[in-house]
Amino acid sequence: MSKKILAVDDSASIRQMVCFTLQREGYEVIEASDGRDALSKIGASAVNMVITDLHMPNMNGVELIQALRANPSFKFTPIVMLTTESHQDKKDMGKQAGATGWIVKPFKPEQLIAVVKRLLG
Amino acid sequence: MDAPKQVYREEAFELLSDLEDALIELEQQPGDLDTVNRIFRAMHTIKGSGAMFGFDEIATFTHTIETVYDLIREGKLSVDEDLISLTLRSCDQIKAMLSASEGEGQADDALTLEISSAFKRLIPAEPDDAAQNARCGISEGGEQEIDEKVEATFRIRFRPHRELFQNGTNPVPLLNELRSLGHARIICHLKDIPDLHEIDPEACYTSWDIILTTDKDDNVIRDVFIFVEHVSDIEITLIDDSNGIEEEEYKKIGEILFDRGDISLSDLENILGRQKKIGEMLVESGKARRSEVQSALVEQEHVRELRKKRVAASVGEGASSIRVASHKLDSLVNLVGELVTVQARLSQLSAQKDDTDLTLVSEEVERLVAELRDNAMGMRMLPIGTIFAKFKRLVRDLSTELGKEVNFTTSGEETELDKTVIDKLGDPLVHLIRNSIDHGIESPDARKAAGKPAEGTIRLTAEHSGAHVLISVSDDGAGLDTEAIRSKAIEKGLISPDAAMSEKDLFELILSPGFSTAKSISKVSGRGVGMDVVTSSIESFGGTVEIASVRGRGTTITLKLPLTLAIIDGLLVTISDEFFVIPLNAVVECIELSDEDRRHTHGRNLARVREEIVPYIPLREAFALGGGKPSIEQVVVTEVGERRIGFVVDKVVGQHQTVIKNMGKFLRHVDGVSGATIMGDGTVALILDINKITQQSEYMEASMNAAGHHA
Repeated sequence: MSKKILAVDDSASIRQMVCFTLQREGYEVIEASDGRDALSKIGASAVNMVITDLHMPNMNGVELIQALRANPSFKFTPIVMLTTESHQDKKDMGKQAGATGWIVKPFKPEQLIAVVKRLLG
Repeated sequence: MDAPKQVYREEAFELLSDLEDALIELEQQPGDLDTVNRIFRAMHTIKGSGAMFGFDEIATFTHTIETVYDLIREGKLSVDEDLISLTLRSCDQIKAMLSASEGEGQADDALTLEISSAFKRLIPAEPDDAAQNARCGISEGGEQEIDEKVEATFRIRFRPHRELFQNGTNPVPLLNELRSLGHARIICHLKDIPDLHEIDPEACYTSWDIILTTDKDDNVIRDVFIFVEHVSDIEITLIDDSNGIEEEEYKKIGEILFDRGDISLSDLENILGRQKKIGEMLVESGKARRSEVQSALVEQEHVRELRKKRVAASVGEGASSIRVASHKLDSLVNLVGELVTVQARLSQLSAQKDDTDLTLVSEEVERLVAELRDNAMGMRMLPIGTIFAKFKRLVRDLSTELGKEVNFTTSGEETELDKTVIDKLGDPLVHLIRNSIDHGIESPDARKAAGKPAEGTIRLTAEHSGAHVLISVSDDGAGLDTEAIRSKAIEKGLISPDAAMSEKDLFELILSPGFSTAKSISKVSGRGVGMDVVTSSIESFGGTVEIASVRGRGTTITLKLPLTLAIIDGLLVTISDEFFVIPLNAVVECIELSDEDRRHTHGRNLARVREEIVPYIPLREAFALGGGKPSIEQVVVTEVGERRIGFVVDKVVGQHQTVIKNMGKFLRHVDGVSGATIMGDGTVALILDINKITQQSEYMEASMNAAGHHA
């Protein structure tokens, strides 16, 4: 069975790029446009990994990570944050919240795949 | 049109119009931070996505603007009318660039530069482009690599903190990633795992030592651990680079442990006072854990191997190979054969003399001769790929001639085989490949009708299997038609019409002389010579032919060949004081045969071996040797093809390394003997050709039966 990855970003182009890249590698991808959307979509199905942006309307990435880590089913799920900030503090907040790894935007498809493989095996 | 690019363009246009709104709002309320944030984010997305979708110009351009708005956000710059109009102009410029990328008009590069530098002037002098690049989670593989591929060996100590799992990290993919970087040995330390009742199932108690030889630098290794840096201790030490050739020995185990801080110097010196295996002693004394010693041992072994290889490589440099006439090699092997014989005599002599000095020399010579023999044999080994290459042309020519589409693949080219075997292999393989193209692969139309790709595939593979090499030719063609084979065999009188035969036996019929089922004789094959030629030539040097086929799916023909022809392992036996050698690879077991056993079978040459009836051939009679037979004889049970046949001898002496000597010119046609060998004491032992002997006695049996019927 192919592994399922939840991609959360408010930018449709980033979602599409993530989606396209991961699907080509044989992963199944669920898309969500923000944290709240992600939580509503994730409720129904188990995912093997979450990739989320940090800056998002409604519920941002850090809040999403916190919410996921509080849920026993996602306690050990790898979560990758897409950091766009040139500051360290956002990344630290994400790490604090329980993010497994991060990718700094802009990134290339190969970098995304490398990170996903590093965390999912 | 590239779909993601199109999405990016649409999104960018949307963001730009939002950006313009925000800019106008900002103009009215210059202090509104929310609006500044909106602008920053819009610029940021345009930049970020731009870089990902290949709009590099836009990305670079927006990067400067983004930096300016970041400064405004932090209150380091203030908003004024000039800035707003400059930003608006840049929006127009981005739009122009977007349109240009779609092939509509062209962006004014000079203007881009002008706006860009106007923004740059606003930034206080602290360019952080370098930092920008360094923050990326994954380094961009190929681009950052040093051009020269120098291998280095690192010791990586990965000690995760207890809470490693809490952020969703799985260490296994990390270890696998390290493995993918080069040649890695991983040792796992379990010493910290507490007793069951104390275990926190969500904590990580394991740690790892990794010895990695890679052509990547330590940054790439560090990069693997970038996500776990804050939840583990990672130590990466260069323990060997490619320059250390002169340094023969790698550190002693104690030094490595001391180096790593696992033991102290006084521990080491204390222990070194006693003489025992240092690792063992350290473990016994509790100074080091077993896994630590294990890990150090692995490191030692790894580096030693590496250095050895390097020394070997440096010696081999400059003269990677030389060409030698093959007859020179042949005579070398012959000489080594003689030497083996002489050495055996020396061994025998020293055993009789019971002289310690002589025994010492003799043992030394024995060891050297064995090594010399292996080396000399190794020199005659050639990779089989040398003959594979010429078949590509053959396949191409034949398939065009026959109007078939064939894809030819080979594997196992590096498999080594004695040169003499390789030389004899060419023709049989040509036959097999011809057959596959001609009879196996169907015409493109027939293949399509059968739901197969129009292009057929023929695979030629070679692989080692013990003391043999397996070479197979397989095609994905029509497979063998058992019915056609049967009717053809009946027509040719090879089998009787009511013969019940297994599929395997039917397949084997195509190996018999004069057999061809092809409906028409083509230029290429089908004259009924071929398969039997293949079989006899393969069998002539001790190989066998096997056929597997599934109707409609394809056929695989496998040749099982001995690695070398010059030396075999043999079983030495005697019949009335004459020595004979039976090739050991055919021998299954040895049993005793008493006169009583003979009486039970009423003079028929049959022995019962574990509920199985095995026919045997009394070699004394077969070779018409005189002398009295012992009351208990030995039967050497062998496997000839699929059957078991026993050979009755007087005595089984034991295993014997047999250097094969060809028979002289006059004796070459003697059946039943494939060669001779010289024993340690100089006596000659004949090597039995058990296939031939079996065939002969079958023939005699059959003719005697026929004679009996006539009488």
